[in-house]
Amino acid sequence: MAGILEFSPEDRDNAFITTCSTAPFTDGALAGTAVAVKDNISTAGIQTTCGSKILEGYVPPYDAYVVELLRQAGAAIVGKTNMDEFGMGTTTETSAFGPTKNPVDPERVPGGSSGGSAAAVAAGLVPMALGTDTGGSIRCPAAFCGIVGLKPTYGRVSRYGLIAYANSLEQIGPMARTVEDVSRLMSVIARYDPRDSTMLDRPYDHRPSADIKGLRIGIPEEYFGEGVDPRVGETVRDAIGALEGLGAETVPVSIPGMRHALAAYYVICTSEASSNLARFDGVRYGPAVDIRKSWHEAYQDLRQEMFGTEVRRRIMLGTFALSAGYAGRYYAKAQVARRNIREDFKRAFCDADVIAGPTMPTVAFRLGEKTDPLSMYLSDILTVPANLAGIPSISVPCGKVDGLPVGLQIMGRQFEDERVVDAAFAYEQEVRA
Amino acid sequence: MITESDIEHIAELADIGISKDEVPEFTTQFNAILDYFEVLDTVEGESAPDAGIVNVFRDDEPRPGLSQEEALANAGSTENGFIKAPRVM
Repeated sequence: MAGILEFSPEDRDNAFITTCSTAPFTDGALAGTAVAVKDNISTAGIQTTCGSKILEGYVPPYDAYVVELLRQAGAAIVGKTNMDEFGMGTTTETSAFGPTKNPVDPERVPGGSSGGSAAAVAAGLVPMALGTDTGGSIRCPAAFCGIVGLKPTYGRVSRYGLIAYANSLEQIGPMARTVEDVSRLMSVIARYDPRDSTMLDRPYDHRPSADIKGLRIGIPEEYFGEGVDPRVGETVRDAIGALEGLGAETVPVSIPGMRHALAAYYVICTSEASSNLARFDGVRYGPAVDIRKSWHEAYQDLRQEMFGTEVRRRIMLGTFALSAGYAGRYYAKAQVARRNIREDFKRAFCDADVIAGPTMPTVAFRLGEKTDPLSMYLSDILTVPANLAGIPSISVPCGKVDGLPVGLQIMGRQFEDERVVDAAFAYEQEVRA
Repeated sequence: MITESDIEHIAELADIGISKDEVPEFTTQFNAILDYFEVLDTVEGESAPDAGIVNVFRDDEPRPGLSQEEALANAGSTENGFIKAPRVM
């Protein structure tokens, strides 16, 4: 079974930056399935912008490994989804191609940065999509749009062909309406690739199982504390209660390093970004730099014009955090904080098999509601710890507050992606029954 | 406390153009963010190399890469098979 999938969706929510009206597909596990791909993942022959003007018109000459795997599995790649510019945002509002709307309520943001992928799935335009998660960018939009999203263990999915923002934190992962589809997509993309030297050869071949009898669920008090909307906390506690009803037991755990998590995360991701984004100079790709000017002048002018404000702010923050006289106070301290958080999780996972809490402290914001960068950053507090620790984490819909979806986040030990998938599957099957 | 001239200096280091009227807002936002980062002063522990981690190397053997045509396809300005860039000096 091979053919061409016709794709011309009515994209009311601005979920896509690019759509492919005719998408070829072949035989395989995903034969003929429409899959949307976040626009920071390279697709040979299809424009890839990272949501930025600085890559407008850039057509990659090669596929990311995950895209190669999708094609081999027979998937039809139907388009590239909208995102916060270079993944830097929690709402998809920093995209140079306009914000994406939340299909559940078009006055609200879909979350970010993989907001286009989440909206495309939630609106029913595609059954599944790829996102990327640096500090919550798969789980946040999954929670806000009421779908399922998995951030795999760091090193489980190849980053070859992913346009880098913060290499030590980010992973490509699956998004879909059901846990089963997330698991199916994960089976396709989690394959060893020697071109990503941070990978381990731990392929994912798993069918979700709803049997969670005896599963020990750690409940960290830090995930239900200050800043978390109590109604969101209650909804999530009810969901955990449903898991208890299925034979799981809960144990209190603590991640004291959480108080440093957000600062450590923002120091590390901006530092990595300041180095990674230096490659965008308008010379090898993207809108051309003015070669009549001198190098620094031409480069500064282009980057002022083509990068959005948040991207410029983060590059400058990272440059500062790494600069002489400050690197010890910021970057080095952030790395210590990161190690402490990893140790906290390791300790917690002696008593618990998984750790559960809300994905986001609130439901989806109104479009334009968050204008101050720091208050935007603070909303990532519950998702960044998993990236700092490199552990797998899934968000599964668990009810609504004010008519807006709430996500239950389930984190697991490194390379135990299967276990978080099973716990999410058990919950999903229980509430659907 | 970061001053407006610090912001201009950081922008220069980062090769990010910044207009005069953006400087005050960037300065205010930077200071709010750096105030928040102060929590890192309370981090306990010393930086130490992680144990049990090895580098992943491969032999330096030639492999197929992009053709010249593919490598130049996205460049804004080319001449005789080369990429043109602004003058450095």
